[in-house]
Order: sequence, then C-alpha cells, then structure tokens
Amino acid sequence: MDYNEKLTDTIRSVKPSGIRRFFDIVNEMDDVISLSVGEPDFQTPWHVRQAGIKSLELGRTWYTPNRGFKELRTEIAKFYRRKYNVEYDPMNDVVVTVGGSEAIDIAIRCMASAGDEVLIPQPSFVCYEPLTIMAGAVPVIIETKVENAFRLTPEEIEEKITDRTKLLILPYPNNPTGAIMERSDLEAIAEVVKKHDLMVLSDEIYSELTYGGKKHISIASIDGMKERTVVINGFSKAYAMTGWRLGYALGPSEIIAMLTKLHQFCIMSAPTTAQYAAVEALRKGDDDIRMMREEYDMRRRFVVGSLNNMGLTCFNPEGAFYAFPCIRSTGLSSEEFCTRLLQAKKVALVPGSAFGESGEGYARLSYSYSIDHLRRAIELIGEFLGEL
Amino acid sequence: MDKLLQILSENSKLSTAELSMMLGEPEDYIIAQIKEYEKSGIIRGYRAVVNWDDVPDSGVVALIELKVAPQLQKGFDEIAERVLKYKEVESVYLMAGAYDLLLTVKGRSIQEISSFVARQLAAMDGILSTATHFMLKRYKENGVSLVDVEKKDGREMVL
Repeated sequence: MDYNEKLTDTIRSVKPSGIRRFFDIVNEMDDVISLSVGEPDFQTPWHVRQAGIKSLELGRTWYTPNRGFKELRTEIAKFYRRKYNVEYDPMNDVVVTVGGSEAIDIAIRCMASAGDEVLIPQPSFVCYEPLTIMAGAVPVIIETKVENAFRLTPEEIEEKITDRTKLLILPYPNNPTGAIMERSDLEAIAEVVKKHDLMVLSDEIYSELTYGGKKHISIASIDGMKERTVVINGFSKAYAMTGWRLGYALGPSEIIAMLTKLHQFCIMSAPTTAQYAAVEALRKGDDDIRMMREEYDMRRRFVVGSLNNMGLTCFNPEGAFYAFPCIRSTGLSSEEFCTRLLQAKKVALVPGSAFGESGEGYARLSYSYSIDHLRRAIELIGEFLGEL
Repeated sequence: MDKLLQILSENSKLSTAELSMMLGEPEDYIIAQIKEYEKSGIIRGYRAVVNWDDVPDSGVVALIELKVAPQLQKGFDEIAERVLKYKEVESVYLMAGAYDLLLTVKGRSIQEISSFVARQLAAMDGILSTATHFMLKRYKENGVSLVDVEKKDGREMVL
C-alpha cells in the first residue's frame, strides 16, 4: 500500500530531526560519555515524590478538572506573583498541560491560522517550527547572533514582519545557547510587538535557572504586555520533574478558555498524580530549586572556563544548563566536529545545527552532569582538540 | 558553610585551577585559602575513601562504648586524650546519652580487638565499663555509598 497517500502532506512535509543520523551512531556505541541530554540529572526532590505516592495510596486516580486542580492553579498563580511579579487569576487565566510541550502546541494551534506567520528565533528548541507547520501556519526564522549575546533585538523582528505576522515565539532562557533577555531587551521588543499588534508565546520553562544574580524577567511583567502574552512554563526543569509530564499556560482568560477547549478534546486532563506532586513542589520547593541552581552554576563556571581555556570560545550562558561553544576554529562543521569527537573519544555533544541553521559552527554541551563526569569529558575534548 | 571546604571534603583531587573556575574566585585566592585552612588545622589531611570490605585481609572494626568517671577540672578530656594515643583507636567521640565515649577501633582479627579491650582499655583508670560492637558490613561511609546502587544514568532523551 502507498501509505504516503494515506498520510497528510503536512506531516510528511515536517523535516525529521537533522541529527538523527548522528544519534544513530551514538546509540550503537558502548561507554559513550554523553553531554547531550536536556534534562536535570537530579531526581525529583523526595518530599515531592512522597506527595505523588501519597495521592496514589489514597486512591486519587481519577481525571482532574480539564484546567487542572484548582489548588494547583492557585499555587501556580502565587508562584508567578512571587517570582515574576505577574498577577494571574487561577480560575480563568491558567490551564495545566502535559508538559510545556503540550502548552506550546495548543497555544500555537489556537493563535495561528493557515497562512499566518509565526516568528521563531533560532537557535532554539526544536519543536516550534514543526508545530507551526502542523497548525497550517508559516514559520519565519529569526537568526539570533552571538554578538548580541543571542538575544532577540527589535530590529531583527522588524526585518521579518509582514501583514501576515501573527505570533512571536520568545524562547528565553534559551536552549541551546543559555542566553537570557534582560528587562531593557524585553522593553525594546515589547514596543515592536505592540506597534504591529502581535501576540507573544513566551516559553519560560528554564525561568528558575538563571545565574550570576540575574533573575528571570517575564515579558508579561512589562507594561502592556500581559494582555499580549501567553506564558508557557512547567515543572520539568525547575523541580527536576521531566518524567511527570506537567506544564502550564498562563494568559488572558479569553485565550486560555480556547486553549482549555482544545486541551479538553485532545488530552482531557494532565496527569493526576503529577498534579498532586506539583502542589507540594510549589509550596515547599524553593530550597530544592536553590540547591540545584547553585550546583548548576558551579558546573557552568567550570565548563565555560575550561572550554575557553582550551580555545573553544564560549559565549557566557546566563540561563538553562547548556554551554554553546563556537567550534569554527577547528575548521569543521558542527556535525563533523561532533561525529569525529564521538568516534575519537566517545564524547557526545549535540551539533548546534540541530537547533536551526544559525546553530551551525556551534555545539551544545549540557552541564546537567556531575563534576566528575564533566571533568572526564572536558579532558577528552582537550585531547581531541590537540590531536586535530 | 564554606563552599570550598564542602567541595574539598567531597573531592580533594580537584586542582586549584578547577576549584577557581567552579567557585568563580581567582586561583591565587583559592591557594591562599587552602593554605590558611591547612595552617589553622581546619584541613587535617587528604585521603582516599577506601571500601575496606572489598580489600582482602583488611581486618575488622569495632565500635566501643565506654562509660568513664570524669576527672576533676578536666572532665572527659583527659581520659579521651589518653585513649586516643593507642594506634588501634581510629576515632574518639564524646557522646550524650547512655555512655560517654564512643571509639572506633581497628584490628587484624576479633581476637586482637578483644584482647585490646580486655587488656588495655578496660584496665585503664577511670574506665567504668565497655561494650564492644563488631561491624559486619559497611553500606555507607563518610557520605559515600559503598553498595553498588543502580548508578546508570537513566536519561535517554536527547535535546
């Protein structure tokens, strides 16, 4: 049977991940020293796991309301007020989703129609472009630059704006670059957003992981922007809860109502056990976040310092848990660099090109690993550079 | 707590250059700080964490509780300082509770430790009674797990 006929043109037009070939090699090798994962190495704090276990022991195994438990929505609203100074109404402005990923998907589907253009800064996480295509909308890529510290500038947005531009994706703190946006950067782009009557999807999943005393600023806290912003966040990175699959979207009630409608039909409700655990995390997890942030920060300094010492110029990341060194000095492409490093030393980084064409010339190194693991990997990368 | 001490107490093999990067402090400062800790006796040495259970003929360890009669003026210090001079004695702690001093004692065999307790310790002036507990197996020592718990990195998702 010709299954191509049975599948939609849209899903077939979505490009498979460019690094599949690379990770096919990784998966076939033994004893790979990986620096490639994009999730915390910490386990979910025990008291949070306990809350999940207790809910199971009590037999709380039913669906929750479509939007998520009211208790959880209330804690999420408190968290955004406490941490980022933005007020949301737990009854109308919050929907709890299956990870940040689902929230991104339903937000794009609710806000971009066929032919609408969605601005996507890159390098960035891989899901925005395919999800935009699946929504029938048109991805328009903005290439951020290392000389701007991979921040998004108003000029870069202006250059890409047309009459069809509808939505701006704002992926900060950024995976893979580790870039953040400071208040003045956000104020500058807020002007362009308002001028062209755009909406913003602000993916703030790494919001609790910023370093060097720089706190995350949500664009929703900038004057006049709350009404134009859907904030995406979740529990995966801040509380080391990736496997629980729990995230949320915050925004104007009219928009959240539509997200909830879509969520209701495709998901019903986010995982019940995870919601119980998340309430505990929001109520008593601030110390856990602080402990993990300090540990990441120490590894960040170690990795960035080591890379710079060995001649791989590394932009100073101020968020997330990735270093994004420039590998152009080796004369190799991202994929060649990573493939040869893997073959010679069994160290796995992710080619920067996986995060968009503008990631070419870079590699992503996750420092979500123990110091001993990082030391070993850094030593091997050093040997590899010496043998090139 | 001092971050430098915390890191060193977990891994003393990190170079001063590495510590300088991890802590975001100049290397000179790290070197000076470590010298200071060594000089003042806060840092007493650097050693490997050995799992003696895996070393053949590494002997036995006992925990020994001592009830002692405190001395005028010096309290428990005098007797503790006499006890710690024995090479068999690895550590000495003053405790609150049912007994006064807790020792860890290392020997080649149970007989050797028994004889040390009977002939040396119990015979010392001021020691009222002893209770000896032989250690059977080590699970965790100095914050390091010695049993092979599942260490495999279970993370499989890339990106």
